[in-house]
Amino acid sequence: MSFFTKIKGVRVPHKKNTAEAEPKVLPAVSSVFLPMNMHIGAPSVPCVAAGDAVLVGQKVAEAGGFVSSPVHSPVSGTVTAVHDKLYATGEKVGVIEIASDGRNTPSPDIKPPVIESTEDFIAAVRNSGAVGLGGAGFPTAVKLTVRPEQTVDYIIINAAECEPYITSDTRTIIESAEDIFFGLSLLKKYINPGELIIGIEANKKTAADYLLRQSELHTNKELGVKIAILPSVYPQGGEKVLIYNTTHRIVPEGKLPLDVGCIVLNVTTLAVIAKYVKTGVPLTHKVVTVDGTAVKSPANVLAPIGAKISDLLELCGADPDAAAKILYGGPMMGTAVPSADVPVRKNTNAVLAFTEKEAVLPEEQPCIRCGRCVASCPLKLQTVEIHNAYLNNKPEFIEQYKANICMECGCCSYVCPAKRQLTQYMKLAKAALREYQDKQAAAAEKAKLLEEAANGE
Amino acid sequence: MENNNKRLLTVSSSPHIRSSATVSDIMTDVVIALMPALIAGVWIFGYRAFVLTAVAVLSCFCFEYAFDYLVNGSYKKNRRKPSVCDCSFAVTGMLLAFSVPPTLPVWQLVVGCLFAMVIVKMLFGGIGRNFANPAVTARIFLFLAFSGAMTRWTFDGVASATPLAGGTANYLTLFLGTHAGCIGETSAAALIVGGLYLILRGVISWETPVFFVLAAAVLSSVFGIDPLFTVLSGGLLLGAIFMATDYTTSPLNFWGKAIFGAGCGILTVVFRKYSNNPEGVSFAILLLNILTPYIDRAVRPRAFGEAKRK
Repeated sequence: MSFFTKIKGVRVPHKKNTAEAEPKVLPAVSSVFLPMNMHIGAPSVPCVAAGDAVLVGQKVAEAGGFVSSPVHSPVSGTVTAVHDKLYATGEKVGVIEIASDGRNTPSPDIKPPVIESTEDFIAAVRNSGAVGLGGAGFPTAVKLTVRPEQTVDYIIINAAECEPYITSDTRTIIESAEDIFFGLSLLKKYINPGELIIGIEANKKTAADYLLRQSELHTNKELGVKIAILPSVYPQGGEKVLIYNTTHRIVPEGKLPLDVGCIVLNVTTLAVIAKYVKTGVPLTHKVVTVDGTAVKSPANVLAPIGAKISDLLELCGADPDAAAKILYGGPMMGTAVPSADVPVRKNTNAVLAFTEKEAVLPEEQPCIRCGRCVASCPLKLQTVEIHNAYLNNKPEFIEQYKANICMECGCCSYVCPAKRQLTQYMKLAKAALREYQDKQAAAAEKAKLLEEAANGE
Repeated sequence: MENNNKRLLTVSSSPHIRSSATVSDIMTDVVIALMPALIAGVWIFGYRAFVLTAVAVLSCFCFEYAFDYLVNGSYKKNRRKPSVCDCSFAVTGMLLAFSVPPTLPVWQLVVGCLFAMVIVKMLFGGIGRNFANPAVTARIFLFLAFSGAMTRWTFDGVASATPLAGGTANYLTLFLGTHAGCIGETSAAALIVGGLYLILRGVISWETPVFFVLAAAVLSSVFGIDPLFTVLSGGLLLGAIFMATDYTTSPLNFWGKAIFGAGCGILTVVFRKYSNNPEGVSFAILLLNILTPYIDRAVRPRAFGEAKRK
């Protein structure tokens, strides 16, 4: 590729305080809350009712469509409620509440799936409840469904973990490198890509060594897994960025990685699939990094999905009164939650709590057009122009400047010396653009109908 | 624990961490980078160079502060920071003082500052909104309004022509700046030191000054003028390093900066050769300032994965 297409980004502080220690285990919880929207796509459909007894690993909700995922109970006990609840995102979401009996009796359904074909494998991935655990939560079975006309040249395992603080993927690699390679062998067997690549940032040396050691075992040699050690530049783990940096392929706007022969899977997602195929245990627990300035003893915590994040914070010595901002996920792309009474979700890889000092938003000053947002944008967008177009209410310029390509990685806001909320403006600009394009489409449709009517007369 | 009224958590859009860079840091860096040229100016032209620079910075401060107060309302009542907190007034003041002769009457310089801050900068909306560089435009204003004083050159207390106007100078005096000229533009060495500092600090990028200098050198050799003389004389380096790199009035991307720099260089040499004035840097920069939005739009780089434009 040419000299000018080098992906930029920013060097954010790593703060990987929790990479070295083994995860703590969250003590038994009394109840869990399972939202039905822990993935992108159609909400899951509950298949239990209040009063039902459930066991660990039992399916409590079915996938609600093709782009959806089932949900399994992480505890044994009784379903106390199946209802719609106002959720942190401001929308009403179906929730299954389960009271634990504390015994954690495993379900008799837990047995390794029988896999004889690619279809069986994808069905197993679907049944495991796996979704994109890097944060996006896209149902993994959908990603692996390859249409006949498509070829898979690369499967890229995303172990970049480029966000500050988060180390849950790193711990997954250290603790289950074997599972990951078993998962890779499954991918080789049933999806048969041209090459398997693991992309990992250079600052995770220990984890990278574990992977290298596994890849050199003679049982794994034939897989030909390439371990790409990438510079620790945020957003190295962004899907398009990772694809470009490992394969030099560019995902065109509006297209999916599979359109350029690539599938990207998060490393923890792969470990979940491998574990399910090996043992039949679906995705019910998650290693979550608990860190941030309001957390006294940062650690990774193995928690059941559906446990309240306040329990995790307390386990790590966070003073609930000192926390002024709590995030799902990393500080660059994570979501601020309005309360600590929200559950660990499938795609929660970190819970970060910050004190008042970090929670105060810096005051916005006028843009001086220094161009640092443009210089740091990994997708080479003219951020400042989109920001101006949005503020001047010019959707046609937003369209011209390709705001739709933005992945909201946060680099522009991070570097802005005037402390402008550029990423937020980009999100708003994208929404304005969609509205504009819908209007354009409706107008075109109307014009066409009128023309047809005129011609018909 | 469940029922007590805990205070509300802050919710905001990501990202939740920011770099430590601020606008006033950037402006402070530019002021630091201008220091060698100020020291050289005082060394070459005496204390009056310092007095004029101080007066210019102070009056720029006063004009911006007063305008901001009168137009945007009380700082205390509206609980806002004065716009002068960004320190950009100091850069404008220094640059304007640097581009006037050391003999300029103080009141004329103050009028120049008024023009720069109020007419060129604040009336267009303050920092980041002006379409032309305030120092460059004010210099042109002073040049047109007070042509006599603006072209009265002295060196060591004796009336003397600038090298561009036919004065004598060898490369060494040009490089050190020991010849007649404006306060801050004569010493190439001091300006280059400042420019390198800004590039190393990531405040400016190298494209604009380099293309400015290269284009001027190439075109002057075509015209049969000594290219090194072209680059080292007059306000070319001051303009290339500190004025053409003004964020607000120059393009954002590589090719934009290259075109902008090259355009300035070409126009400077053309003005120097064909116009009545020996100098043309500020006119060149002002013209390219006006073209900046068009340059930006014409050479917008393709976004990652963007389909080929029709």
